[in-house]
Amino acid sequence: MIELDIAIKDKYYANSTSVVLKDIAFNVKPGEFVAIIGPSGSGKTTLLNMLSGLEDATGQKLLCNGKELNGCKEYQLGYVFQQPRLMPWLTVNENLQLVLPTAQEQKIETLLAQVGLAGKGDYYPKQLSGGMQRRVAIARAFAVNPELILLDEPFNSLDAPTAAKLRLLLVNLCKSCESSVVFVTHDLSEAINLADRIIFMSNSPSSIIHQVTVDLPKPRKECGSLELTWQAKLMNQYPHILSGSVASS
Amino acid sequence: MSLLTSPVYGRLLMLIIIASAWQSIAWFVNSSDFPSLFIVSESFIYHLFQGDMLVNLSVTLTRVLISFTIAMILGVIIGILMGINKRLNQLSDTLLIIILNIPALVTILLCYIWFGLVESAAILAVVINKVPTVVVMIREGARVVDEDLLNVAKVYKLSLSKTFFYVFLPQLYPYIMASARAGLSLIWKIVLVVELLGRSDGVGFALNTLFQFFDIAGILAYTFAFISIVLVIENLIFRPLDKLIARGVHHDRT
Repeated sequence: MIELDIAIKDKYYANSTSVVLKDIAFNVKPGEFVAIIGPSGSGKTTLLNMLSGLEDATGQKLLCNGKELNGCKEYQLGYVFQQPRLMPWLTVNENLQLVLPTAQEQKIETLLAQVGLAGKGDYYPKQLSGGMQRRVAIARAFAVNPELILLDEPFNSLDAPTAAKLRLLLVNLCKSCESSVVFVTHDLSEAINLADRIIFMSNSPSSIIHQVTVDLPKPRKECGSLELTWQAKLMNQYPHILSGSVASS
Repeated sequence: MSLLTSPVYGRLLMLIIIASAWQSIAWFVNSSDFPSLFIVSESFIYHLFQGDMLVNLSVTLTRVLISFTIAMILGVIIGILMGINKRLNQLSDTLLIIILNIPALVTILLCYIWFGLVESAAILAVVINKVPTVVVMIREGARVVDEDLLNVAKVYKLSLSKTFFYVFLPQLYPYIMASARAGLSLIWKIVLVVELLGRSDGVGFALNTLFQFFDIAGILAYTFAFISIVLVIENLIFRPLDKLIARGVHHDRT
């Protein structure tokens, strides 16, 4: 299990002088599920890309178990992007096999069964629905036995029942592999449903405006009364928090 | 799929229409300059069984195969390098435009003058003519490779060879196929000119000889043999390859 310690002084957009992230500091405890919520364009994806090594993080402090994260080169990382990003010319089995160092048919079969796609291994991504493709992308992220999982609005643009099913699937997979999770979303109820802690970000140049521990028992319900009450309490306290402000009026 | 709507039927129908049109014009013109299909067929059978058609075809095919292979390999490598490396692209772009616009005949003549009337000069001339067109197509493909998919490879720490063969190269397959198709037709034509100008065998040489005797039926018989080979290559190699590289791309959802 890994612990992240993040301190970003200032991160500029590529080939630009505009700052996207400013004075961001937070940590992720081993096995913790942290959700990040912020308005569009607040640099949430940039933050995940910095953690994954897709964005330059020179000069920033990104520590993993006290050592430099270094683009997650030394740690197993699972990343579920906004779009499934499956190789269209490979079957579902081949897409999963691609990220594994050796042939592991049994593992792939088990994973596909876990995500409810048993028997679909020989299908190409185009033969699957959007929800199924996202399940394959989630299976791919968990195939590598990740120590850290990054999820970038993975249930975006899905219908509510499918998104609920996938959230349940994610909870079960996370429970089984005990990874630390950083989950980016703009959906507060989704964050409450899944996360141990929620970090709220401001508009660009983005910084952390609030952090809150979701002290609700697990497993949580979709639109359960406890969850709704917790959400209402938070929104009463900070009515503009989803727009990137903690101002009370 | 009914017989009428099947692609095979459509292609056969088109061939029958072309043959009928040819035969009708031949009857109408009634001249030895425009021989009928029967005369061309007789000439074809004569050259095939009593002439040197098989030898000439095999010599030309060998030249086509060698120059095609070299041109494709070089073109794909240079095209990829130029597509992914802006600096190299800037440096080589002018040279590419120059080579692309040098007439094929000039390259052939220069190769024969500089290196002599030898096989390697002939192959080199064809390769020089073909490589730039392959480079241009592959470069365009390499420029628009999906960065998102490459990022997947990076995040999951795929090896360089896995990234190249499973993530990068499959995105170029349509461009490689298009340049192979266009390349083969261009190489056929250039090889014939090369043979006509400086070789003593091959289809180009045979056509030159037939031209000197105004043997139009013979010229058409060779043309027919040539087209037949191209159709065989198209059906036995290109179409199955098309299906292979299109796997997963044209599937419908279940």
